[in-house]
Amino acid sequence: MIFLELFYTFFIIGAFTIGGGYAMLPLIQDQVVNTHAWISAQEFTDIIAISQMTPGPIGINSATYIGYTVLSNSGASQFLCVLGSFTATAAVVLPSFLIVLGMCFALKKFSESTIYKGIMDGLKPTVAGLIGAAAVMLINTENFPDWKSWLLFGTAFLVHYFTKINVILIIIAAGIIGYFIY
Amino acid sequence: MEQQPESTRNEASLLQLFGVFAKIGAFTIGGGYAMISLIQNEIVNRKWLTEDEFAELITLAQTAPGLIAVNMSIFTGFRLRGVKGSVIATIGSILPPFLIILAIAMLFSNFQDNPVVLRIFKGIRPVVVALILVPMINMVRKSDDRWWKWLLTAIALCSVSFLNVNPVFVIMAVIVVFLVVSLINDKKFKKTGL
Repeated sequence: MIFLELFYTFFIIGAFTIGGGYAMLPLIQDQVVNTHAWISAQEFTDIIAISQMTPGPIGINSATYIGYTVLSNSGASQFLCVLGSFTATAAVVLPSFLIVLGMCFALKKFSESTIYKGIMDGLKPTVAGLIGAAAVMLINTENFPDWKSWLLFGTAFLVHYFTKINVILIIIAAGIIGYFIY
Repeated sequence: MEQQPESTRNEASLLQLFGVFAKIGAFTIGGGYAMISLIQNEIVNRKWLTEDEFAELITLAQTAPGLIAVNMSIFTGFRLRGVKGSVIATIGSILPPFLIILAIAMLFSNFQDNPVVLRIFKGIRPVVVALILVPMINMVRKSDDRWWKWLLTAIALCSVSFLNVNPVFVIMAVIVVFLVVSLINDKKFKKTGL
């Protein structure tokens, strides 16, 4: 029964999220902490912190972790906990997967139309602005506590802008440097 | 990664698609936006897509409901290998974070308070911001060939980051305005063209 509820809850969350994982978080909190009381507010805060720190989209990470925690809070076996995290993750992806796949087929028909191209003309620069906004909003005292973080930021910017060094290498190097300078 | 002299598009096998998106999923830190650089690095350099197609897919991924990173894998997978490709790319990008989170949930308690983890991420977090900014600047430089496009980018950036406007409203407004404008243009074109 709890699996059905978990699936339904995350399916709805996935269906109504526009604007990425961060837009999803208040929805998840409302459902999982307030409506169903599956996990405590403290646990939710911890889960978000871990989701931001680990690789992967925030929405996937938090769904996986919450699915696991909900089952483990109800005293289920570890196997059922894993099944819980699978349920929540699949449910959060499924609605947008179906919608986006539908869009893919529709685009095949319309991608040459002047109207689609006209809308794309406006959306491309807008989305570039939204990406910039996401970066600007990440410039806070939590991510930039001191001059060392600004130096890391500046170096990474120059390296990524002017060289073709793989992004993964840049991230790994940043982690190693962080370990030694902090 | 082999560079081919001709600028033709390279064919992607399903296995390659899975591998590339698994790699992207495993190294995306700080949400979907940080993924853009990674995907560009992997997909455009392999000549699976041109930079222009890539910019179009980012725009679509941002406009559609759901997670940007997942949408990006669906659109790219579909463009390269149809429905199969979109399924494989999506599973590829979800699997590594899913397994990592499971491992943390099962094995480590208080992962978020571990001092080693904290130090590593203190180094990574400011770098992620740089990794988000660079593709944005490239997108603007390559596609904003008219003054009003620059203005649109600036308006979107400022309204969301300084005025706290919901990005969904920005996208909706732009769709409506440009739908109307292109419908008018289309009509004019048809009238004079026929």
